[in-house]
Amino acid sequence: MAVPLAFFGLFFAYPVAAIVGRGLKTDEGWQFGRVGEVLARPDIAGVLWFTTWQAFASTVLTLLIALPGAYVFARFDFPGKQPLRALVTVPFVLPTVVVGSAFLALVGRGGLLDELWGVRLDTTVWAILLAHVFFNYAVVVRTVGGLWAQLDPRQEEAARVLGAGRFAAWRRVTLPALGPAVAAASLMVFLFTFTSFGVVQILGGPAYSTLEVEVYRQTAQLLDLPTAAVLTMVQFAAVGLILAVHARTVRRRETALRLVDPAHTAHRPRGWAQWSLLGGVLLTVALLIVAPLAVLVERSFDAPGGYGLGFYRALQDAGSGGGTFLVPPLEAIWNSLQYALAATAIALFVGGLAAAALTRRGGSLVRGFDALLMLPLGVSAVTVGFGFLITLDEPPLDLRTSWILVPLAQALVGVPFVVRTMLPVLRAVDGRLREAAAVLGASPLRAWREVDLPLVRRALLIAAGFAFAVSLGEFGATVFIARPDHPTLPVAVARLLGRAGEMNYGQAMALSTILMLVCAVSLLLLERLRPATTSGEF
Amino acid sequence: MSTTKKIAGAALVAALGVGTLSACGGGDTKDKPAGASDAPKSKTITLVSHDSFNVTDTVLKEFEQQSGYTVKVLKSGDAGAALNQEILTKGSPRGDVFFGVDNTLLSRALDNGIFTPYQAKGLDQVKPEFVLDQQHRVTPVDSGDICVNYDKAYFADKKIAPPQTLDDLTKPEYKNLLVTENAATSSPGLGFLLASVGKYGEDGWKDYWSKLKANGVEVVDGWEQAYNERFSGSAGGKKAKGDRPLVVSYASSPPVEVLYGEPQPAEAPTGVATGTCFRQVEFAGLLKGAKNEEGGKTLIDFLVSKKFQEDMPLQMFVNPVVKDAKLPEVFTKHGVVVEKPETVAPDAIAKNRDQWVKAWSSLVVK
Repeated sequence: MAVPLAFFGLFFAYPVAAIVGRGLKTDEGWQFGRVGEVLARPDIAGVLWFTTWQAFASTVLTLLIALPGAYVFARFDFPGKQPLRALVTVPFVLPTVVVGSAFLALVGRGGLLDELWGVRLDTTVWAILLAHVFFNYAVVVRTVGGLWAQLDPRQEEAARVLGAGRFAAWRRVTLPALGPAVAAASLMVFLFTFTSFGVVQILGGPAYSTLEVEVYRQTAQLLDLPTAAVLTMVQFAAVGLILAVHARTVRRRETALRLVDPAHTAHRPRGWAQWSLLGGVLLTVALLIVAPLAVLVERSFDAPGGYGLGFYRALQDAGSGGGTFLVPPLEAIWNSLQYALAATAIALFVGGLAAAALTRRGGSLVRGFDALLMLPLGVSAVTVGFGFLITLDEPPLDLRTSWILVPLAQALVGVPFVVRTMLPVLRAVDGRLREAAAVLGASPLRAWREVDLPLVRRALLIAAGFAFAVSLGEFGATVFIARPDHPTLPVAVARLLGRAGEMNYGQAMALSTILMLVCAVSLLLLERLRPATTSGEF
Repeated sequence: MSTTKKIAGAALVAALGVGTLSACGGGDTKDKPAGASDAPKSKTITLVSHDSFNVTDTVLKEFEQQSGYTVKVLKSGDAGAALNQEILTKGSPRGDVFFGVDNTLLSRALDNGIFTPYQAKGLDQVKPEFVLDQQHRVTPVDSGDICVNYDKAYFADKKIAPPQTLDDLTKPEYKNLLVTENAATSSPGLGFLLASVGKYGEDGWKDYWSKLKANGVEVVDGWEQAYNERFSGSAGGKKAKGDRPLVVSYASSPPVEVLYGEPQPAEAPTGVATGTCFRQVEFAGLLKGAKNEEGGKTLIDFLVSKKFQEDMPLQMFVNPVVKDAKLPEVFTKHGVVVEKPETVAPDAIAKNRDQWVKAWSSLVVK
């Protein structure tokens, strides 16, 4: 527990506290009066209001659209189910720089909706809401669907035998069992949309702003640290509240459910109702998730002089017509993989130790620590990044210009995923197995290797995959510290998009496609390793 | 922070470092000397800059060979974010030289006192109009013009002349054609606002923007969205089916469209409205508390040397500031010379920038 605590203290709590303190403390001492001053400003009140209601609206819309999907993925067998489940998770880890552009091609002018029905959403808040559904669809499908697949369908059948109608049986039996999972998924979606940054910045334009966007503007652009500090604290309080509610619902869920092997609950769809439900879900996925991704791929091949690999070939040159980079953009793949590997190693090390500590001990203190580990998901990258700058500036911790800062920052976001995935499995390991091994003469190390490792190995791999994918797509913190001779994929994409000219734009699309592919492949590998009996919290 | 915690932290970092190094293979080992900056006499110069900084590899290598220093470049976000990070780390900077503060943000840098004065060797070659700080805390390195660009094909098709001046943009034939950037968050956006201040004065610019708004100007957050998504004349905008034939960009954007065309077109697909421009000047300065002050001075000399100045246009798409630097052909052929850009005195910008941006936001965005 000491290592994860030190890690979070040093690389999260201390930098964040320092930057907030810089904003609120002057030579005359703490200026808590500023909190009231800032909150009373009408523009800030507007931001708070927009942040909250768009998060509510996004959550409701995501549930409406994704719950049928969760049902279909849980209860039906159909060809291509596994790759499709990996595919719907790809947006979750894609950088928004890239997706914003693809999304505009769908709902913007001349987009699919525009051509079919003359509907344009790019100037409305609908574009933001739909993009949030796009990003969070997988959260619902995985959290709710994972549990749904393990609910025994015979309980509902029993209720119907006893005379309940189809809907009444579902409402009385399945819905209460699913309730906590739905609540947990809603809270995760709410958390992600409440702290939305890229989507709102790209699709919302200057008229819409969330707390997260406003913290970025106040810190990085205007250097108004007092305002940024107050906003960070407000966001902290809100996220803390969301996490506290989340922790409660998860605890309730961990009780009293008898689960079965999902392999026996899924079947081929029967009758027109089930087939049309499946068709409807597949159509939604095709329109909402596959279409934007396909647009990116299409643009990456749309090279001058006909479709082809022109943009991909150009990625190999460092200086095509002047040199946008000190290294060929293709090397960014290798850099990204290295950083992501390093970040995964750190996240697994820290998160694994934290999960182990949380398994062995109980009490409210430990539960508090559990929630604490989730906080980095809800704190803006610019706050952490600027905090690093003013705290990690003295030897032996002058890490500001060191490459390790990138994987450290990425690991902060990876650790919560590792803890979430490992915890349920570690808790399920029966301590008596370890004792039995010890009685039979095994050393503690051998007992761990023979008992714990085989049971935990799959969860460990899944956790590694999540941490890896999240690190691969991380942009906010990386952009402040990535060295020019070592740009990561998202940073390279952003730099290419920052220049005029066809080759730059085309290469950005090609690199995005490659990033997507790397994400999809690692998620597909995850699907194969997914153990049948865990209900995966993400 | 207590000493014990620091030691624990250091031990942790060491442990993590070992773990990650093995995970990374040998790829990053060449970076290790960079961390060990407290070597007896530093041979490394660290240049901190924004994302757009670029230099040809061979030009930099040549400087390293002649001076005996190794140059490490650290890029950190866009121009505003990079400068703000320097202000936050004042006194304990990450590097020796900062490049990338422009005349719109110069006062913020100077008021915060992050630079040590140094008069560069070769400053006498710099055109005097660019030397805005007589104490030489900053040295001018490049200049560029923020101008409205137009889609040549659109105006040829419609048989209307493209706009030339700021006044033109409010005329009915250009209704709903212009897209610009948020002046609060984007440097071309701010530049365009300042162009209107330069032209119509501190009393008249709001009137002008009311007219622009009535004429359907669209505001997006950053240059990428404006240029790659909304502008019909750029390569990205064509694919994204952008429908705005006028965009606020740079006078150097047309040459870039030519340079990165495949194959390179004989003529640039976009043009520049030369009566809409604001001149931006970018400076470099020696950071206060620099570990390698001597090296930093040498680097600043290099930034105004003819070699670097002539390399710059094709790397950063800006103009040299020294008198006899030659422009590359793609610039002279496809670029434009802006005879009379709008300017606003640095003092006036310093005094009013924040208040102008606020007034602009409530007038145009909300």
